Order: sequence, then structure tokens, then C-alpha cells
Amino acid sequence: MAETTLPKAEIIKRESHYLRGTLARGLEDEATGALADPDTALSKFHGIYQQDDRDHRDQRRRQKLEPLYQFMVRLRLPGGVLTPRQWLGLDEVAEQCANHTLRLTTRQTFQFHGVFKGRLKPLMQKVNALGIDSVGACGDVNRNVVTSVNPHESPLHQTVYQLASRISDRLRWRSSAYAEIWLDEECVHRLEEDEEPFYGASYLPRKFKIALAVPPDNDCDLFANDIGLIAIVEKGRLQGFNVAIGGGMGTRYGAPETYPRLATVAGFVPTEQAADACEAIAAVQRDYGARDNRDHARLKYTLDDLGLARFLELFREYHGQPMGQARPYRFTHNGDRFGWVKGDNGKSHLTLRIASGRVADFPDLKLRSALREIARVHKGEFRVTGNQNLIIAHVAQKDKDSIQALVERYGLDDGSQSSPLRRNALSCVAFPTCGLAMAESERYLPELVEKLEDLMAKAGVSEVPINLRVTGCPNGCARPYLAEIGLTGKAPGRYNLYLGGDRIGQRMNRLYRENIDEETLLAVLAPMLQRFADEREGEEPLGDFLLRSGIVDEDRSPGAFHQAQVSDPS
Amino acid sequence: MAVSSDQTPLTQEQARQLEELLQGLDERQRDWLAGYLHGLQSAGRSPGSADAGAQTRQGPVLTVLYGSQTGNAESLAEQLGEQAKARGLPVTVQDMADYKPRQLKKEAFVALLASTHGEGDPPDNALDFHEFLHGRKAPDLKGVHYAVLSLGDSSYEHFCQTGKDLDARMSALGASPLVDRVDCDIDYDEPAEAWMESLLEACVARSGASAPASSPGQAPAASDKPRYNRKNPFMAPVLEHLVLTGEGSGKDTRHLEFSLEDSGLSYQPGDALGVYPSNDPALVAALLEALEMDGDTPVSVGKKETSLREALQHYREITQLTRPLMEAWARQLKDESLNQLVADHKALNDWMRGRDLLDLVRQWPIKDLSPQTLTGMLRSLAPRLYSIASSQAAVEDEVHITVAPVRYQAHDRAREGVASTWLAQRLEEDTRVPVYIDPNKNFKLPENDDTPLIMIGPGTGVAPFRAFMQEREERGASGRNWLFFGEQHFRSDFLYQSEWLAWRRSGLLERISVAFSRDQPEKRYVQHRLRECAEALWRWIEEGAWIYVCGDADAMAPDVNEALIDIIAQQGRRSREQAQDFLRQLAREKRYQRDIY
Ligand code: SRM
Ligand SMILES: Cc1cc2nc3c(=O)[nH]c(=O)nc-3n(C[C@H](O)[C@H](O)[C@H](O)COP(=O)(O)OP(=O)(O)OC[C@H]3O[C@@H](n4cnc5c(N)ncnc54)[C@H](O)[C@@H]3O)c2cc1C
Ligand SMILES: Cc1cc2nc3c(=O)[nH]c(=O)nc-3n(C[C@H](O)[C@H](O)[C@H](O)COP(=O)(O)O)c2cc1C
Ligand code: SF4
Repeated sequence: MAETTLPKAEIIKRESHYLRGTLARGLEDEATGALADPDTALSKFHGIYQQDDRDHRDQRRRQKLEPLYQFMVRLRLPGGVLTPRQWLGLDEVAEQCANHTLRLTTRQTFQFHGVFKGRLKPLMQKVNALGIDSVGACGDVNRNVVTSVNPHESPLHQTVYQLASRISDRLRWRSSAYAEIWLDEECVHRLEEDEEPFYGASYLPRKFKIALAVPPDNDCDLFANDIGLIAIVEKGRLQGFNVAIGGGMGTRYGAPETYPRLATVAGFVPTEQAADACEAIAAVQRDYGARDNRDHARLKYTLDDLGLARFLELFREYHGQPMGQARPYRFTHNGDRFGWVKGDNGKSHLTLRIASGRVADFPDLKLRSALREIARVHKGEFRVTGNQNLIIAHVAQKDKDSIQALVERYGLDDGSQSSPLRRNALSCVAFPTCGLAMAESERYLPELVEKLEDLMAKAGVSEVPINLRVTGCPNGCARPYLAEIGLTGKAPGRYNLYLGGDRIGQRMNRLYRENIDEETLLAVLAPMLQRFADEREGEEPLGDFLLRSGIVDEDRSPGAFHQAQVSDPS
Repeated sequence: MAVSSDQTPLTQEQARQLEELLQGLDERQRDWLAGYLHGLQSAGRSPGSADAGAQTRQGPVLTVLYGSQTGNAESLAEQLGEQAKARGLPVTVQDMADYKPRQLKKEAFVALLASTHGEGDPPDNALDFHEFLHGRKAPDLKGVHYAVLSLGDSSYEHFCQTGKDLDARMSALGASPLVDRVDCDIDYDEPAEAWMESLLEACVARSGASAPASSPGQAPAASDKPRYNRKNPFMAPVLEHLVLTGEGSGKDTRHLEFSLEDSGLSYQPGDALGVYPSNDPALVAALLEALEMDGDTPVSVGKKETSLREALQHYREITQLTRPLMEAWARQLKDESLNQLVADHKALNDWMRGRDLLDLVRQWPIKDLSPQTLTGMLRSLAPRLYSIASSQAAVEDEVHITVAPVRYQAHDRAREGVASTWLAQRLEEDTRVPVYIDPNKNFKLPENDDTPLIMIGPGTGVAPFRAFMQEREERGASGRNWLFFGEQHFRSDFLYQSEWLAWRRSGLLERISVAFSRDQPEKRYVQHRLRECAEALWRWIEEGAWIYVCGDADAMAPDVNEALIDIIAQQGRRSREQAQDFLRQLAREKRYQRDIY
């Protein structure tokens, strides 16, 4: 393959001298709030996305001002675990260096938004001082490793969490660029091969994601990841993990060659081999993934191109031994379970719903202040869930009341404050910061939920939990293709409607209506919900009903997925 | 005085004849002779030669010298030249900077036209001349006849200072006045014409040159002047009007584009656009109420018949108070407290600052003041100048300007500058704006396109540099360019940011150095940025860079000047005095040009 046929991003990586590029100089350039063009691809590896305030883009263009450049910084936080001290630190950083908000993500970590160039370095240094970094939070490397939080099984969670951090560290990129650029450390001259022993100069062809889940909880939507490790617990002891590979949500409209895919359970590895196994799989992807086409570079395509058998052969080569037979497992649900639960170590855990993961002081809800106060009294730890929510974990009985008091004083939502629909709803960030957004998402979800709540009330199914997920584009950051009702933005005010996911994260939905406005959406859903109310069997979830009733078919092949299935719901 | 041949190139015979002749002449005749000989010299002709004096009749020469920053005195000087020619007076018109002051003692008639700038300072091109007159080398000027026209603005403390200085020095050096000095306020046309008239009368009388019926030189001269000018502004349609400062800005700076189509007007980068504004109708209404006058009362403004309301809104200055007005007001009112105030120079200045006519009327109303008397007391609403922010090479028959509205709170009333806020917020959809071109030959790009430029223009001072860059881009000029810009906030106030960045990408603009005063705890301004770049700046200067400064005259320009002196002293290893001379020399060579206001 001739270098020239490589996509720009691929060439930039290779010529960047291990992710240095001209980042340092770009930070000095006082005439623009942006980085040099190629560097914006490199900054991602450092956890930094260049964005601009899209609400003001057009106005500023007319004012002969450059776009309002600002940065999003994403942290690396394996398993989403942090201490109250770290929470307070991040809260302060949000105040001093960002737009006064913290954003909990669908991969259990934090994002800062609205960080101006001059504040980047201070932010990075403050965060690192807290013992947290942003290495590889974005970019063509392994991303934040997520785990199910199942706080009621503390010892097991502890092992799984430790493994998650070990994998995250193992697959962290190594170049000293990070320390040099952000932490002002001396430029250490290493031998080429020492810069990136595992990744090499071209890193991975694309982003790479790993999740660990402990059945029956699939709260992290394990099958949406490149690698999913399913904990196999027998006789109360962790035996090892089933290995699922090739999951991913991303797709492009009208491009059937791109498609969301659920990870395939390929085999089993014992606990002590789990980290090596992940590295081996990542290595296969590194060497066999498509470098010439970023739309085809995720592991899911590599797997489909090679075929599972060939892939397992390669795995055996790289890993030194084959995968074992997959063991039986059973997931019962995705999403979070809210409120207080008592863990098996006597400690209690409180799961709070954080709407779209946005921690801010709103006019009607002083959420950031509330969590700051909780962090001041809390002695346990915090856990960010894979659904943008927050767990106040390991609360001793004697401390429970003081925390509960704050929850009540500030009117925080332990789940009881909102309908099942609202409780489970997810949205991505989209406008104004996301450069890829085609329609509103985070800012639109509340009013959409309200309207759907009305429909459900009319149909008399208000108490039925329904998985609703909205994103501003087809990239699928809120994993919309796993929702019972999924909406992906197509244009301002217009969305694609996907129906028929399950509530476990094991069945995708499919395109049902294309490019429709809210009015049409409600008109389509109203009769459907009515029928659901009339014909529902027992606790049957909406998605299952839609399939049983034939409103949505079972075909999930890429071709079908992109084909709007127009059926008469009534 | 005896003429002896050994002091002169003359033969004994010639010397004798000359002495004889001279003894027979009275002073007036001697003057004439002196001027005549000088005239022959500057006309490069000998008496006998054929067409001698066809254009310029025999007689002493009138030498017209002007000191001008923004071109008013210059154009008046040229006007005077034309009229002198028309009357057949031998005349030469010169920029004070190009004139050898030593010549002065040889002159017969000298007309000095000079404006005042800074805080009572001479215009840049008059500095040397001014200094020479006040210095030790100043010659005895007995026998020289002179006249002074000063241009100024009575809202400034040192009204027409330069003119006053020159007048005082000339007579101190023994020169005798042809006519009295006239100090013009910004509505200078009529007083200036009257002064020229009497000056020319005086010259003619003294030199006995008789005016020909009509001068051949005149007709063509008139025709090559543009149809529209300061006296006859072009009514320009507004093509574009946008706010340059972004959300969260403390400023409200505007970009305006006008059409000059079919006006025949043309301009050069560095020139300014003159704009005739109108006052705020609301302020006029408030004023009429305070005056208890009927806006419809007919009044005459100069030769024009109009209503009082129209007069106050379009023809008279009401947002600024001037000493002459205050004095006239005091004379009318005959009130002790006001008389005292007017008598106290400093107190009056303090009182006038931030106050306008409305304050005056409210505090010292004049009973039965007639509308006509009032309009007579007020000076006419002067045009405002705006540095042109475009190059015709790029925008053809458009002209762009950058306007920062003047708004301030003083004496518990929100006050607004006339022109800037008229342009920013009171222009109607289809208002046509009366404009003219105000050429400024003291702020021009170098002929040589390879010359590096250092452009220092914080705030609206950046406007002409946009014109410079457009021009250099169109010309494909290879010279390197370095911009220094400053404002309050990077994110909202970086005027024309996307254009500068585009020019940096294209390679036209090599460096952009900025200082935003309010983005960090300590205030930072362009002069700080300059000092930080001392080494590179010196290198550019040594490589022949031309330095341009535009913008605020009160704070910025002096601080930048200081910074440059320090940089030259420090980097060029010079004493402060040497550094000052160095900079002064750069100015003489036009390598240091300023357009400050
Ligand atoms: C913050 C977050 C959504 C949220 O509301 O929580 C998010 C936000 C963005 N995602 Fe995502 N993604 C987020 C989880 C996901 C997920 C869900 C998951 O991983 O469980 C997916 C689907 C799974 C997958 O990877 O396929 C996802 C698939 C994408 C894609 C499509 C990838 C693909 O294979 O096509 C893009 C675009 C791309 O990579 O080209 C993308 C790109 C982006 C960017 C960085 C837009 C960009 O590239 O300029 C978004 C930043 C918006 C902003 O202003 O913050 N994001 N993104 C999630 C942060 C995760 C984290 O902490 O690391
Ligand atoms: C050569 C030249 C070029 C220029 N270029 C530009 C340009 O490019 N852009 C631009 O915006 N301007 C430029 N100016 C300035 C412009 O000509 C006007 O002076 C300015 O717009 C104010 O005019 P105005 O009619 O709005 O205000 P005016 O009605 O003339 O009022 C201005 C007066 O208000 C008073 N005043 C102002 N602020 C205060 C205060 N805080 N406290 C008390 N009194 C105060 C002062 O007496 C000041 O003279 C230039 C001036 C010159 C001479
Ligand atoms: C920055 C600046 C400062 C000025 N300072 C004075 C002053 O101190 N005293 C004065 O009488 N006029 C002052 N004026 C008014 C000018 O002298 C007046 O506009 C004159 O017509 C300019 O003539 P010119 O174009 O020949 O320079 C000042 C004008 C400017 C732009
Ligand atoms: S789904 Fe699209 S719009 Fe939403 S955050 Fe991801 S990339 Fe942006």
C-alpha cells in the first residue's frame, strides 16, 4: 500500500514524532485560539478535542472573528472510580479552567468542555496532580476501560476493577510527549523502539474499546465494545472471562458498508490471561486492521473481513495459546439501578440519576454544589456508571443519614424523582460543542421525554420502563442502536427513528422511519404505544413486543439495518 | 550699506552702479527688488529672456509654507498658491519639512499655514521648522514680511498653539506682519478665505503687481480637482454595516462599507474618510425643551435658510463646548458665576470636560436668547475623520471604515459622540452618508514593495493596516509584514481576526503580535508586546523596516514612542538622546509614520 493512499490522520500520526507534532508551539500561538491543523488529530491522543461553540459559529464568521475555539478534555478513569478528594479537585478544575460543568460520559469518565487554549496546560497539570491523567482518552488507541459497577458485589467488583485498570495501563501509550508538553518535563531522548513498544509509530488504525461485565449486569453495554470480557463466576469464585469481540455502534447514513455490530462471543480465557489476551487481540487489530479507510478500520470490520476462524488462528499466534470454550452466562438487564443498595460488605451504595451526565448548577437544581458538599463528607468512593450516572459507593451505615440529608436538601434524583422513561433515557452531548452533531441531543432530551411521557400516560403505560436513547448523529455515542426507541440526528429538528432493541443490550434495533420531525415521531409512536398497552403480555418490554407483534422484524443484517421498515403500527 | 566689489562677484563698475541704484530706492522699492531677484532665481530665468514673467509677473515672490498633519493646511496652502497665480503674483508653495529654514531671511513675503496637533504641538512636518525658529540658529528676519493662518479646534486646550508660536517668533525675529494672524476653528473655510483675500491684497499693494483679468493657470487647475470634496461631500450609500466585536465584549466596534460609485472619488491606503454627521434628534429635542424654543423657528445658517431644529441637528456642534462659545455665552448672559468661570482658564477646561450645550443651557439659561443669535454662537458641525480600512486595488469603488462608538457617562448623563454613534446606531435603512476623501501624504506605504513593514495599530488604529495589507496583496508586494494589535479581550475584540489569520496563512503577514489588556490580572498593551520583541524589532529596523503607528493619540502613541526609543537605545547600544535622534531621523526619512487621533 503506497503511503500516499493513506488517510491524512494516518500520515499525521506517523510523522508526529510520537504524538508531539507542533503541539507545544501551537499552544504558544497567541493570534488564534486554535491549534495547528494536523495537531488537532494528535491532541486527541492526549485526551483533548479541539471544538468550537457552534451556537456562535455563524455570527462570528460574519463578524470576521475566527470560530470560538475551545477544547474538550476527556479523562482516563478505568472503571469510573475516583475518591472524594479527586472529585473536589475536578470540581475546582471545572470552575477555574472549563465552563463550570463536569460531564459524566457513557464510558464512565469525565469530560471538561469549553476549555480555552490558554487554560489547557493549567488544567492538565491540576488534573495530573490529582493522580488522574487523560492519556489515550481519545485517539487511535485503547480508550477508557469500562466495567459494570455492580456495587452490591464489592469483592468481585474489586478484582474486576483492578483488572480493568491493569488492562488500561498495559495498553496506555508510552511516548514521553505527554509529560513534555503538559507537565513541562525534560524532553527525554529515547530510542525509537522504546517510545512505543506496543503501538509503534502508527498506533492503532482506529479507536479501540474494552469493557468488563459481571453478569447479570450489562450496565456498560458490553457488546458495543471491540472487546467485551464477561466475568464467569462459578461457586462464588471468578474463573475467568468469556471474550466477545468486534462490537461497535458507529455507522454513516446511507452507507451499508458501515454498520453497528454486537460483539461476538469467541471463547474463554482464565483471569490471569485476560490482560494478555486483550493485548493480543489489540495486536491483531494493529497489524490487520484497515489503515487505508478509517470508515472500515474498527475491529468489527477486521473481524468480518478475516472471518472468526482466521481471527482466532491469529489470536493463537499472537497470544501463544488458543481461546477456550465459551462458558454459559446470563445477562438480565442493561442500564442502572437507582437508589440505595446494601453491599455484601455491609456498606451501602447510592446511585443518583444525573440527566445526560451534566453536573452543573442549574437554575432549579444546584447539582454541582450538592455533589461538592457530598464529596466533602463522603468517606468512600465515587463511581461513574456507563450510563452517565453517579454512585456514591461504600457508605458506612453511620454516614448514610448525612448523605441522604444532602440528597433531600438539594432535591437530587435517586430515581424516585423521575418516570421509568426519564430514569433510563440517555443522550449524547451534540450541540453546541460536538463538531459532528447534525441535530440537538442533550439539550433536546428533556422536552422530548416530557412529550413521550404524555403519550405513555395517555396509553396508560407510564410505569413501564422503556429504553430511550438519543444522539445528534449516527456515530452512536449514547449507544442508540441498543435502545428500544433510538433517535439519531439527521438535521436540525429531524431524526432517524430506530425501534426494537431489548433491555439487556443483546439485541439491536433497526431503522423504522427516516429523517422525521417531532410531530411525525409522536404520530408514529402514539398508536404503537396504545397497541402495546392493549396487547402487552405480563412484564413484556416494548422492544420485545414490537418484534412479537411484527411491527418490527428480526432482520439485523447491515442491509436491513439501513432500510427504513415502514409497517402499519395500528 | 556699501557694495564693494571685493565682497561680491561684481565688477567695480557693476558694484558702483548697484550702490547708486540702491541708494535711490525707498524701503518699499528695495523689498520689491529683493523679491524680484529672488523670483528670477526661482523661475530660473534672466530678465532679458523671451517669456519671462508670462505666468509669474515680475515682482517679489510669495513663499507659502504649510505645516499639516491631516492635509487641511496643505490644501489651503495650495488654494492660496492658485489664487496668487491668478493675481499674477510669483508664488512658491512648500511643505515646511522640505523648506530650508535658512532661506527665510532672504524671503520677501512668507505665508505660514499651520495646524496644531497632539497637545498643542506642531504637526510632524513642521517640527524642524518650528524648532529652527525657536532655536539659537534663528536668523534676523528684519525686512521679511509674513502672515500666519493657524488651523485648530477650539475644543482643545491649546487652541491653534502652533500658529500662535510661529506668529510670536516671526515678529520676535524682526519680521513684519503683512496682515493679522487668523486662528481658524474646525469650520475654517470662510475665515481662511478672508485671510487669503487680505493677504493677497497686501502683497499686491506692496509689490505693485497688477492682477490680470483672468489667469490661464486657473481653468485647468480647477477641472482636475475631483467633483466631490470637503466643501461638497458625496452622498454615499451604505453597502455593509456589521459589528466586529463578539459577544461579551465591552466594545461595540463597527465595520462600515460605502459605495463611491460614480463619485469620481479615489483614495490611497493611509488616507482618511471625512464624514459629515448629524446630531441625535433626541438630544436636539431635549435641547429645544431646555431652551424653551420652537424647533420650527426659521433661522439662517450661513447662506442657508432652515429651521432651528434642522440647524441644531445637521449644522451645529452641540455635543462639545468650546472656549469661544463659553465666552460668547458669558457676554450674552452677564452672570457673575459664569464670568468667573470663563475668566479662570483651568476651571473652565475642567467644567467643559464631559459637558455639552444642554448642560450649559440648563445651568446658565439666557432669557430671551433669540434662535438666530444661538445658531450664530454655535460653531458648525465639523466632519469627523475615519481612517480608510480598504484599498481600492481590492475593493474598487467601495470604501471601508472601522468605527468605535464614543459613549460615556459624565455628570450623571449618558453621553454619545455625534458621528460615531450616528454611524453605529442612527443610520436609517437608506440613509446616504456625506463623505469626502481626506488625503494624508504623511501616512503612506513605501514605494518599494520589498520594504518590511512594522504596523502598530491597537483598537481602531488597525484600520489603515487592513488597507495596507489589501494593497500589498493586490500588488504582490514581497516585503515582510508584522502587525501589532491590542484590545481588551482576545475572544471578542480581535478586530478582523479571521482576515489577519488568512493573510498569515497565505504568507503575506509574517508575524502577528497581540496584547489583550484584560485577559490577565495585569494590564498588557502593545508597548509591552513591543518591548518583548525588542531584539526582532531591531533586526527588522536594521533591515530597513518602516514603522507605522495608528490610533489613540493621548495614551498609546506616546507610550509606543517611548518603547521604540528604549528599544533603539538598548538594542542599538545608543544613549537615550542618540536613540531619540535616530527615531527623529527615521521620521524624516518617512520610515516612522504616525496617524494618531
Ligand atoms: C462524551 C461521549 C457521549 C456522552 O454523551 O457520554 C462521546 C462524545 C463524542 N464522541 Fe463518541 N462519545 C462517547 C461514547 C461513545 C460510544 C459509546 C461507548 O463507547 O460505549 C460510541 C459507540 C461505540 C463505538 O465506539 O462504536 C461512540 C462512538 C463515536 C464515534 C463513531 C465511532 C465509529 O466507529 O464510527 C465517533 C466519531 C469517530 O470516531 O469518527 C465519536 C466521536 C465523539 C466526539 C469526540 C466527536 C468528535 O469526534 O469530534 C464526541 C464529543 C462530543 C462532546 O462535545 O463532548 N464517538 N462514542 C462518550 C464519551 C465516552 C468516553 O468517555 O470515552
Ligand atoms: C486622522 C484621524 C483618523 C481617525 N480614524 C478613526 C477610526 O479609524 N476609527 C474611529 O473610530 N475613530 C477615528 N478617528 C476619531 C474620529 O474622527 C472621531 O473623533 C470619533 O469618532 C469621535 O467623534 P464623535 O463625533 O463620535 O464624537 P464627538 O461628538 O466629537 O465627541 C468626542 C468628544 O467627546 C468627549 N469625550 C469622549 N470621551 C469622553 C469621556 N470619557 N469623558 C469626557 N469626555 C469625553 C471628548 O471631548 C471628545 O473629543 C480618527 C480621527 C482622526 C483625526
Ligand atoms: C490628534 C489631534 C490633536 C489635535 N490637537 C489640537 C490642539 O491641541 N489644538 C488645536 O487647536 N487643534 C488641535 N487639533 C485640531 C487640528 O489642528 C485641526 O483638525 C486642523 O484642521 C488639522 O489641520 P491639518 O489637516 O492641516 O493638520 C487636533 C487634531 C487631532 C487629530
Ligand atoms: S453521537 Fe454524534 S453528535 Fe452525539 S456526541 Fe457523538 S458524535 Fe457528537
